[in-house]
Amino acid sequence: MAEESGGLVIKPMDQFRVEALFGGDIAWYTPTNVTLWMALTVVAATLLMVVGARGRAMVPSRAQSAAEMTYGFIYKMVEDVAGHDAVRFFPYIFTLFMFVLFANLLGLIPFAFTTTSHIAVTAVLAFTVFFAVTALGFILHGTKFLKLFWVSSAPLALRPVLALIEVISYFVRPVSHSIRLAGAMMAGHAVAKVFAGFAAALGAFFFLPILAVTALYALELLVAVIQAYVFTILTCVYLKDALHPAH
Amino acid sequence: MADTAATGPGMPQLDVTTFSNQIFWLVVAMVVLYFVMSRVALPRVASVLADRRSAITADIAAAEEYKLKALEAEEAFKKAEADARAEASRIVEAAKAEMQEALNAQIAKADAEIAAKSAESEKRIREITANAVEMVNEVSTDVTKDILAAFDVKADARSVTAAVKAQMKGDA
Amino acid sequence: MEGDIVQMGAYIGAGLACLGMGGAGIGVGHVAGNYLAGALRNPSAAAGQTAFLFIGIAFAEALGIFSFLVALLLMFAV
Repeated sequence: MAEESGGLVIKPMDQFRVEALFGGDIAWYTPTNVTLWMALTVVAATLLMVVGARGRAMVPSRAQSAAEMTYGFIYKMVEDVAGHDAVRFFPYIFTLFMFVLFANLLGLIPFAFTTTSHIAVTAVLAFTVFFAVTALGFILHGTKFLKLFWVSSAPLALRPVLALIEVISYFVRPVSHSIRLAGAMMAGHAVAKVFAGFAAALGAFFFLPILAVTALYALELLVAVIQAYVFTILTCVYLKDALHPAH
Repeated sequence: MADTAATGPGMPQLDVTTFSNQIFWLVVAMVVLYFVMSRVALPRVASVLADRRSAITADIAAAEEYKLKALEAEEAFKKAEADARAEASRIVEAAKAEMQEALNAQIAKADAEIAAKSAESEKRIREITANAVEMVNEVSTDVTKDILAAFDVKADARSVTAAVKAQMKGDA
Repeated sequence: MEGDIVQMGAYIGAGLACLGMGGAGIGVGHVAGNYLAGALRNPSAAAGQTAFLFIGIAFAEALGIFSFLVALLLMFAV
């Protein structure tokens, strides 16, 4: 299609390509741009949480304050949504939040690679949560965990139907959990790329798409933070189901 | 078109050949981040937050203590003030009573003196009155004698005196 | 010729799939609007419900993202 429309060559998907950093084929151990941007994500999260909070001051500096607020925010979320006994899983949930947040934010840097826009990455994160939560539910409650699907407050005739729906929705959870994050990231970046392509094609009116891309960037910044928040809070919701399966 | 995904305009997200690479590096990154967070960052932030909370609690407790002390001091001050007031009013009362006593004594003394003086004056007035009556009697007798002598009426002195006395009594 | 027809169908399908994003937009607007209406009635309870706001928005938005994904698949992967 691009060839016929006269110079309008937009390849919105190229930015998601996985490439080896030093050339050559991509084996499972090859350092790629995935490696680079995940390493940067880890470094950024470490900078905030370890170097930023290094001062241990009674009256915190700006970085320390940001680290403490992030800590308090996620801690309160885990406690409020999943209950007090979920606090022992707080380190993993916090790690998840920091990883997704910084991967999303670093992905917004122009020419960056967004690791969380890949379904392979988000699916691993979501399925890890899914399997861990399911296993946890069976370990803690045994077969009683299956009561999660048996809505005892509903009329008896409706219960088998509801149970079927509940089971399906339970197994769709990791799919929607992962595709939501990857899809939101992919959509924003693809749209930004398409608008940027318009700027090249429009000639004198190049500023219009640039304004649009600027506005889109503000929205994407919001989406990046909200998607990290949503990914984390859904993890907490699923965790709550495993800890307290009673409806 | 699915076969062009790796090279052509397809979606890199569906390029299965890169999955193992992505998953491997994701696991590495998550494990590293998990250990950095759970071993270093989170305990540190938690301890700082706990320190701050305990410091704030201690400060609030200290402030509470100071407040209690201030209340106590105020109480003591009020008590001392009330004591001082009671003492002062007691002293004033005693002084008043003393003064009243002294005044009463003075008044009694003055009354006694006045009574003594008035009794003496009365006595003297009575004496003077008695003298005056005596003298009037004498003078009247003398005058009567003279008048009788002038009219050559012989009268003895006794009857004249008696007559004058009777006249005087009748007048008086 | 046959490939062109397939491609045409894929593009038409991608366009149709994007209609689903409109539905997601309506859904997200519904969630946010109802949250705001509730928050204006009882502002003191609003702060405790922001988590449910975001969960609701996320669920509604996910369906729009699915349709966008279907569009992308039709455009680039079929």
